[in-house]
Amino acid sequence: MPDGSPLLRVEHLRKVYASATGDVEAVADLSFTMDHGELVCIVGPSGCGKTTLLKCLAGLLRPTSGVVEMDGSPVTGPSPAMAVVFQEYGRSLYPWLTVRGNVELPLRHQKLSRAVRDRTVSDALEAVGLPHAARSHPWQLSGGMQQRVAIARAIAYRPEVLIMDEPFAAVDAQTRADLEDLVRELHLTRGISTVFVTHDIDESVYLGRRVLVLSHAPTRVREDLVIDLPPERDQLTTRALPRFTELRTRVYEQIQRAKRGPAEAGPAISVG
Amino acid sequence: MTARRPALRIAANLLFALGLPAVAVVLWGVWSARSDNRFLAGPLAVLDAFRRTWIGPAFVDDVLPSLLRLALGIAGSIVLGVAAGIAIGSLRRLRETLGPLLEFFRAIPPPVLIPVAMLLLGITGTMKVVVIMSGAIWPILLNTIDGVRATDSVMLETADSYRIPRWERLRFVVLPAAAPRIMTGVRQALSVALILMVISEMFASSSGLGYRIAYFQRNYLIAEMWSGILLLGLIGILLAVLFGLVERRVLRWYQGMKEITRA
Repeated sequence: MPDGSPLLRVEHLRKVYASATGDVEAVADLSFTMDHGELVCIVGPSGCGKTTLLKCLAGLLRPTSGVVEMDGSPVTGPSPAMAVVFQEYGRSLYPWLTVRGNVELPLRHQKLSRAVRDRTVSDALEAVGLPHAARSHPWQLSGGMQQRVAIARAIAYRPEVLIMDEPFAAVDAQTRADLEDLVRELHLTRGISTVFVTHDIDESVYLGRRVLVLSHAPTRVREDLVIDLPPERDQLTTRALPRFTELRTRVYEQIQRAKRGPAEAGPAISVG
Repeated sequence: MTARRPALRIAANLLFALGLPAVAVVLWGVWSARSDNRFLAGPLAVLDAFRRTWIGPAFVDDVLPSLLRLALGIAGSIVLGVAAGIAIGSLRRLRETLGPLLEFFRAIPPPVLIPVAMLLLGITGTMKVVVIMSGAIWPILLNTIDGVRATDSVMLETADSYRIPRWERLRFVVLPAAAPRIMTGVRQALSVALILMVISEMFASSSGLGYRIAYFQRNYLIAEMWSGILLLGLIGILLAVLFGLVERRVLRWYQGMKEITRA
């Protein structure tokens, strides 16, 4: 728990995929740390190795070299302290289970009493606004609601870090705004530390307290930007703030540079 | 949707389902009445023979043992086929090693195994069950392998990320994901099993449906022979109905999902 040491520490992370046509370096040299209770957005041009980074964080992929540390101990495989929300909710939820069954599945192997388990599941469904859909099957729900189920499953697992991989890329704009507010609300009310990967610049600035801008593959951290917007945010007023526009312009420019080439390094524009 | 429309649809379906068989029976009657061929029996004669032959002790002596062997053969094929299919489907090494061998065994027409099985196991009930399984297992095994291999990678990654233990992963992820393919395999296996049940009994037996039909044929009991074939057809229909009931239960989510994507 919070004692000054970072929650997540990534140091010189490198991932090379070996393939028949030659090795592909997806992540070159990535370092950052994240504290307890932070909401960090990771944004970068498409194909920049965001998903690779995230899978390394979640212990689903072994890095070629470098360290991922969680609470001071190295991550060598999927950890009970992490839960992942995937972009493809349709492929991540199990269609043969009900909504309740999906949220409950990861809890089955935890040594919880029936009552505690039931309460945890109900509470998670309540938190995402879907208590009435418990007995439906995921495919009977809209895309946005399905992603809420996936989020409920993740928070019912009670992780220390919630890892979200472009979770709202496949839903419409209105639903997306609602889901963004849900993530902020869960972060504020439950203090869940969150790593949020996205390719959407506005989304990263709106959600994050910090935005990491990644370079083109092979990936490095191009900029680590503190989002000094007030913690209470809402879709209308926050997005209309001049500071919001400045920050999104800044991120945008960094990404444009990242797209043009990996040779350029470091921030060149001062904001303020 | 109103309540009347499904009722009407069911009535129409029933008419379609029963109409053609009725016409066929009438044609059969007319044809057999006008034919001089003494190996053709009319529907009434066959129906009469059916009642005389199968309702009574023959049901216990011949039909029940056949059905028991059929049931055992099918159950054995499902258990072995699914278990082996899951193992082979999830282990790439095993799949690569066994691949050519499986292709070879699958290509052997199962009836040729009957003489071999007779030598190895004798003329026993076990032999017949083994023969049924040797044919019926393949569609189940191969479909299970494909079903397991086709399990969505994101679903498996999700299971990994939540550290779902091996047994639960099998029970709640891999098996249901492969269920549509497994059911396809079982459907194919049912008809193979019925064929092999009859053939194994025709080869070497002193009881059973296949044995009876061959016996009637050799003794010129033509109407009785045809009645046995009729009974086989009825067993086939019964199997299909039972399968349909099970499939509806097991794959309810799958049917529902398909309906929604279509709409």
